[in-house]
Amino acid sequence: MSTRDKSQGDVGRRDFLKLFGVAGAAASTLPLGGSASANETVAPAIGKPRHHGTDAAKSHAGDWGYEFFNVDESGFIEAAVDTLIPSDSTGPGAKELGVANYIDRQMAGGYGKGDRLYLEGPFGEGTPEQGYQLPMTPSELIRAGIADVSVYVQKNHKSTFDGLSAKDRAAVIADLDGKKIELPTVPTATFFGLLLQLTIEGYFADPMYGGNKDRAAWKMIGFPGAGAMYMDEIEPFRNKPYTAEPKGIQDLI
Amino acid sequence: MATKLNAVDVLIVGLGWTGGIIAKELASTKLKIVALERGGPRDTNPDFIDPQIHDELRYAARHDLMQNVRRETITFRNSESQTALPMRQLGSFLPGQGVGGAGVHWNGVTWRWLEWDHQARTRTVDKYGEKIIPSDMHLQDWPITYDDLEPYYDKFEKTCGTSGKAGNINGRKIDGGNIFEGSRKDEYPNPPMIAAQSMVMFEKAARNLGYHPFPNPSSNASRDYVNPDGVAFGQCHYCGFCERFGCEANAKASPHFTVIPLAVKNPNFELRTNSIVLKVNLDSTRKKAVSVTYLDARGREFEQPADLIVLSAYALGNVNLLLHSGIGEPYDPATGKGVVGRNYAYQCGGGATAFFDKKTILNRFMGAGALGTCMDDFNGDNYDFVKAGYIGGGGISCSNSGARPIQSHPTPRGTPRWGSDWKKAVVDNYDHAASVGNQGAVMAYRQNYLSLDPTYTDVFGRPLMRMTFNFQDNEIKQMNAQADICVTLAKEMGATKIDRNVPPVPYSIVPYQSTHNTGGAVFGADPSTSVLNKYLQVWDVPNLFVTGACVFPQNAGKNPTGPVGALAYWAVDAIKNQYLKNPGPLVDT
Repeated sequence: MSTRDKSQGDVGRRDFLKLFGVAGAAASTLPLGGSASANETVAPAIGKPRHHGTDAAKSHAGDWGYEFFNVDESGFIEAAVDTLIPSDSTGPGAKELGVANYIDRQMAGGYGKGDRLYLEGPFGEGTPEQGYQLPMTPSELIRAGIADVSVYVQKNHKSTFDGLSAKDRAAVIADLDGKKIELPTVPTATFFGLLLQLTIEGYFADPMYGGNKDRAAWKMIGFPGAGAMYMDEIEPFRNKPYTAEPKGIQDLI
Repeated sequence: MATKLNAVDVLIVGLGWTGGIIAKELASTKLKIVALERGGPRDTNPDFIDPQIHDELRYAARHDLMQNVRRETITFRNSESQTALPMRQLGSFLPGQGVGGAGVHWNGVTWRWLEWDHQARTRTVDKYGEKIIPSDMHLQDWPITYDDLEPYYDKFEKTCGTSGKAGNINGRKIDGGNIFEGSRKDEYPNPPMIAAQSMVMFEKAARNLGYHPFPNPSSNASRDYVNPDGVAFGQCHYCGFCERFGCEANAKASPHFTVIPLAVKNPNFELRTNSIVLKVNLDSTRKKAVSVTYLDARGREFEQPADLIVLSAYALGNVNLLLHSGIGEPYDPATGKGVVGRNYAYQCGGGATAFFDKKTILNRFMGAGALGTCMDDFNGDNYDFVKAGYIGGGGISCSNSGARPIQSHPTPRGTPRWGSDWKKAVVDNYDHAASVGNQGAVMAYRQNYLSLDPTYTDVFGRPLMRMTFNFQDNEIKQMNAQADICVTLAKEMGATKIDRNVPPVPYSIVPYQSTHNTGGAVFGADPSTSVLNKYLQVWDVPNLFVTGACVFPQNAGKNPTGPVGALAYWAVDAIKNQYLKNPGPLVDT
C-alpha cells in the first residue's frame, strides 16, 4: 500500500465526492478532450480543498505551486507519477520527490512549448521508424492526454484518476502501457511514453529542476551527482564501494 | 535583397574541427580569412564550467549544445517506396551547433582507421575476388592510402593530446596496443588513461578468449599536456560528463580551445557567429565559386565574395549546401548517375549488456568519454569475410563513459518499465552492469542516399534535405554476428545475466545510435563516383574544398574524428603548398 493511498488528501477527496454526490455530475460535464473548460465551471469548488486545504498540500509538491497545470491536471499528474514510481521499501516515490512540479515546470518552459521541435506541415502518420509526427508540442500532448485519460476513467470508474485506489490507478497505467486503452485525441503509446520519460527525468535530474528532492533518487542508487572528480579515485576504488553524499549543482555553487 | 560585402581571400563555412584547423593553418599566409558559423560563440569559461556543466537534463537529455531542428532538419524514409517525413526532434544522431561544432560535445575517441578502411575495394577484391561484393554495394577505395595520411594522423593526435598505446611502430607489433593498426612512426603523445573496473574485466576476458584488447585512443588527456601549438590541456577528471557536454578541464580536446583561438589571434581572420550560410554562388561558367549568401542573427541577407571557399560544416550540412547550390550532379539511384548525395552511410551498434552480482562493483560514474578497452579482431579485414558472410566488421569495446542516471539505469530485459519492480531492478543493477558494444561499419549502397525533399522546407524557405537509408543484409548479418561475440565476452567476464542487443531493423531515426553520419560528398580518383579529388577539392569547382566525414566513401567500425582531423591537415597542406601557388585543379580529370 502506498503512502499516497493512505493520505488524508485522497480519502478526503473521495469522501467529499461521495458525500455530495458530485462525481457523476462532474464527469458528465467533461467534454471530450477538453477538461480545461470544465475546470472553470466545476473544478474550483472541489479542487481547492484537495490541493490547498488538506495535509497533502504540505508535501514538497505544495511548496512550488503549479505554473502550467490546472488544479485537475495537477491532481492527475501527482497521482500518475506516484503510480509510475511509488514510494516503497526500496526508496522514495516520484511524488514525494517533487516530480509533478518538475513536469509542470518543463511543460511551462521551452521544452514543453516545443522550442526544439520542427512543427511545419504537412503532417502524416508515417512509420514508427520515422518518429514523432504529431502537430503538438509536448505540453499540448500532455494536456490532451490527461484529458483523454480523465474521460476514460470517469466513464469506466466514475471517478477522477487521482480518486482511484492505488490498485485501480496501477491497472489504468498498465492498460495505457499495454495500449489496451485507445485514447481519442492522442496516440496512447506517444502520450504514455512522454509521461513516463518526464517522470524518470524528474526523478533523476538535478534537484534544481524541481524533482529528486534532497537528491534522494541519487542516494538510492549511489550516484554521487554533480561534484564529479575521480582521477584519484578510479584506480583505488576498483571493485570497491565508493560512498559519497551526492551533491546537486546548487549545493556546489 | 542581399548586401554585397567586400571580397575576402578565404571563406570558411562552419567552425568546428576542420574549419578551425584550416583557419589556423592558413594564418601564416597573411590572407584575409572570414569564418561563418551558424551558432553562437562559446568558451570553456564561462560556458562549460563546473558544476553547471554537470547537468544531465540540460545537455544530455535536452541537447543544449546540438543543432536546433526547429529551424532546419532533414526528412527521412527507409526506402524510395515511402514518403519521407521530417525528423521533428533529434534522436538517432546529434549534429552540433556553435563555435567548435560537434568537436565540443564529442567523446574524444581518436582513431586512425585501419589500412583496409582506406583501400576497402582493392584489398577485398585482392583477397576474395569481386564476387564477394553484393551487387548493390558501392565499395570504393579512398584516393589516398593509410601511409599517405600517417603524418597527418600523427599531427592530429599531437594537437589533441591523444592518450593511448601504439600497437605497431614502424612495423614492430607491440603487445598491449592495437596490433591490427597500420604502421605508426611514433607513439601516442600521452600514455593510456586509467582503466575502470569493467575494462579490467573485459581485457581479461578478451585475452582469455585469444583476442587482442588495447586501450581506446582517447583525446581525454591522461595527464597535463601542452600540444605542439603551445595549447595547455588539463588532466582528465574522469567526471563522467563528457559526451554531449563541454569539458571544464580542457582535458577533452576541442577546437574551441585549441585551433580556433590560434586562428582568431591572426589579425587577418574574422569570425562571424550566428551566420547561416544558405548557398554557395557560382559564376556563369558554373566552374567557379564566387561568393556565399548568408543571413546574420537579425535575418539580414549578405553576399560574401571570396577567392577560395571551404565547406567545413557537419557532414550532413556540407551535402545540404552542395545540393542547394547546384554544385556537382545530384545522385539519382534510378540511373546510378550523379555524385552529390551518393554513398551516404552510417554505423550499426548493438552488443551485450552484462549484469553482474552485487559483489562486482563498477563505480560506473567514474568515467570519461573515450575511456574504454577495445579489440579489432573482428574489424576491417582482420577476420575472414567468406567465413563470416559479411564485409566490414566493427570494433568491440567495453567503455566507461559515465553513468548519468536519467539515461543510464540498466535493467535486465523483461523488467517492467515502471512501478516498484522497476525501481528495485534499477537499484539492484545500477552499478553492476556493463556494456560490451559493437561499433559496426556500414557500407554504401545504391539505394541509400541524400537528396532534396519535394515537400518540406526549413525556416529560410529552402527544401529540407531528404535521407533515404536502411540497414542492408550485409550489415544485418554483421550486427548479429558481432552481438554474439559480445555475448561470449560478457559470459567470460562473469555476467550472471546477459541481454543481447541489436539496433532496430529497419533503421529507425528515433533512438540514439551514433553521430557518425558519413558520405554524400565523397573523395575519390574517379569523378563519376566522387564529388572531390584526393585533396578534398570539388572536381567541377576547383576553388571550393569540402572537409568532414561526408568525404568517406563508406563508413568504418571506428569513430570518424581521427581521419576527419587528419584529412583537414592533409587538405590545408595541399591548399597552402600547391593551390595558392597555382590556383586550379590539383588533380587532372
